[in-house]
Amino acid sequence: MSESSRNDTAEQAEFRQYCREWLAENKPSDPPVRLPQSALEIMTEPQLEYLQAWQKSAYEAGLVGCDYPKEVGGGGRKDCQRVANAEMIAARTPFLPNVIGLGMAAPTVFYHARDELKQRLLPRLFSGEDIWCQGFSEPGAGSDLASVQTFAERKGDKWLINGHKVWTSLAHFAEWMIILLRTDKSHKYDGLSYFVVPIRSALGKGVTVRPLIKITGETGFNEVIFEDLEVDDSYRLDELGKGWQVAMTTLLHERGAGELQSPRSGGMRSKSSHQISTSTLIDLARNTRRGEGVAADDPLLRDKIMEQMIYEKGFEQNQRRNRVQALTDHPMRLALQNKLLASENAQQISELAMEIAGAGSSLYLSDENAPAGGQWPLSYMNSFGMTIAAGTSEVQRNILGERVLGMPKSK
Amino acid sequence: MKQPNDFSFGEEASLLKDSARKFFAEHLPVESLHRLVAADHNPDRAPEVLWRADLWQQMVELGWTMLAVPERSGGLGMPLVAVAGLVEELGRAAFPCPLLGTLNVSYILAAAGEGADAALQEIIAGKAAALAMTNRHGDWELEHTELRYKAGKLNGSAWFVQDAAKVDYLLAVAQTDSGYGLYWVAADSEGVTLTQDAIVDLTRDQAHISFDNVAAQEISGKALSALTQAFPAIWTLLAADIVGAAEWQLQTTVEYVSTRQQFDRPLGFFQAVKHPLVNVMLKTDQAKSLVYNAACAYDCEPAAAAKYAHMALASASDLAGFASSRSVQYHGGIGFTWECFVHLYFKRQKHSQALWGDASWHRARMAEIVFA
Repeated sequence: MSESSRNDTAEQAEFRQYCREWLAENKPSDPPVRLPQSALEIMTEPQLEYLQAWQKSAYEAGLVGCDYPKEVGGGGRKDCQRVANAEMIAARTPFLPNVIGLGMAAPTVFYHARDELKQRLLPRLFSGEDIWCQGFSEPGAGSDLASVQTFAERKGDKWLINGHKVWTSLAHFAEWMIILLRTDKSHKYDGLSYFVVPIRSALGKGVTVRPLIKITGETGFNEVIFEDLEVDDSYRLDELGKGWQVAMTTLLHERGAGELQSPRSGGMRSKSSHQISTSTLIDLARNTRRGEGVAADDPLLRDKIMEQMIYEKGFEQNQRRNRVQALTDHPMRLALQNKLLASENAQQISELAMEIAGAGSSLYLSDENAPAGGQWPLSYMNSFGMTIAAGTSEVQRNILGERVLGMPKSK
Repeated sequence: MKQPNDFSFGEEASLLKDSARKFFAEHLPVESLHRLVAADHNPDRAPEVLWRADLWQQMVELGWTMLAVPERSGGLGMPLVAVAGLVEELGRAAFPCPLLGTLNVSYILAAAGEGADAALQEIIAGKAAALAMTNRHGDWELEHTELRYKAGKLNGSAWFVQDAAKVDYLLAVAQTDSGYGLYWVAADSEGVTLTQDAIVDLTRDQAHISFDNVAAQEISGKALSALTQAFPAIWTLLAADIVGAAEWQLQTTVEYVSTRQQFDRPLGFFQAVKHPLVNVMLKTDQAKSLVYNAACAYDCEPAAAAKYAHMALASASDLAGFASSRSVQYHGGIGFTWECFVHLYFKRQKHSQALWGDASWHRARMAEIVFA
């Protein structure tokens, strides 16, 4: 849904106008280098520097962290981040690089850290000066996240960390990591604690970051090895043994179902960053030759494209209905569907785009004849990151079946 | 024109939806519905019209049949979103009555201009009506009628007429020498012969009707423009009925698999059962959101009304099939019996799936708009 300004509060309306004017003046110029599809595939320093500069200017203008209190570096506004997001996307700005910081670390730190820590960490997180990463998954803890083994051993008011985290996006640029650690081996869920850990300053001194190569050939995520890394107890969030509850705050926001809206931008289209939406499928079908005509003439492809448009529209209208209480029976029913529907929508669109592109879908990024610069096979492969990360689609269906429909737990 | 974010689903609409849910739950809970419509299981039984005319009278007195009659004609002129909320509850209760047909006819009459005013007055007076336009092949194209109008008389047949035995009037669509017209005919007029169809659905009745030199009042000589304008509302309301029924199927099946034990566990523990039921919920929610979007568009964004109504009914029609098959399958052996209530909804949904265009027909029409 194009975010309508019709139901804006007075504050939102004024802020929307401000965003529009600021963006008209200050939208960054085209990037000097090829940008990846999202922040999770940032591979090089020049990509990062360009995107960090954008985030810093957007933050200083008040378009990032708008709904957080001023004491922690926020804008002190009410329900305005959605407005800034819509305007940034409409203005086709680049995307914000510190996505894990903004989407997951910030709400978690905000709800669970001591005031002093919030005031120290959040401003540099919002500005993008400190990139954040997330240390949840391990080789032996994927869907069964609570089985993490990376261990923190207490040494007075310090902790000694040993273990192995994987699939850690942005760790190669990150100053900070949010991390779920085992502090007690005798309890599964209650034996977990949640920390923020400075990792960049500890590289080579207890922290090793090694790139993992994705199915696409891109880098962007990593494995992180901890060997006797010492951290201060003041970096612990909430109480000892409450790590699982804190992690739920992170996951709720990661899946788009949390209270605090994540800053989002990235409507920019260039040769290298294109939109994954059904409107691009329409263009593709019109412009792809099939026999005497074009792919858009094929009734079976038309049917599939319409089916996908209906899926996308239904998802979009869910967001709208979620704000109309009289048309929702269960408060979390629609919000908890967001991650599942968004990731499966992106996957289905890219898969269908490859089918429409036909033989052309065999061509990859460096081939000058590749449709859309080879982005369709790239986005189809990357979409599995979305259906696997942050709780696989199968875990999402368990959550929906148990928490919303009340069916018995599958464990 | 832009749609308001809240679908214009206001206080009044919300009260109407709540009171409808209470009315149906109080007066015809599913056990009573089953006793009313499923007493005779014989597959070769003669068609019967089983419904509660007394409850229908109460619905008329509540004003529900004049919701779609415009205010300028003396009706309530409620927005389609409010009417969709009521019809969602009707579907949830699988309630046998001619409400959907009467509303459908009201939308066509409201789009037909001044000639329709007398007919609208009958609806305000509490009369029920059904739409007689489909040919013997069940075509969904608006102009494929078998009826002919010439020199004041209607001749020919209309098929698949919904709830025909429960209504007082028929709105007939007939071909004329110069195009298509709309005709208002009392169901008991001379020359009108109604033959009940033997149908699978126990919560509706259906008939084919022959017209033999029936004297008819012409409402409009421009039927196609009225039908084109009104059909997005008709598609949207059928989708709302399906969504309501699907929610009942979902909740009832979830409740069953949460209590029924096999292998020392409730069935819902197994992901082979749990995950498809979550998929029923996802499809129900998407269809429901699309229904309210289409309903809101009908009043607030008419240029997009047809496209959004195609989306809503295509989505709901697929949902009807999926929710129905899963509800019977996960009730297991008991779900395959006449005594288990799920068959009432299964049959209503399969009937709805065959009305006013199936999912691929609606997607094909939508593609014509999108690729135009």
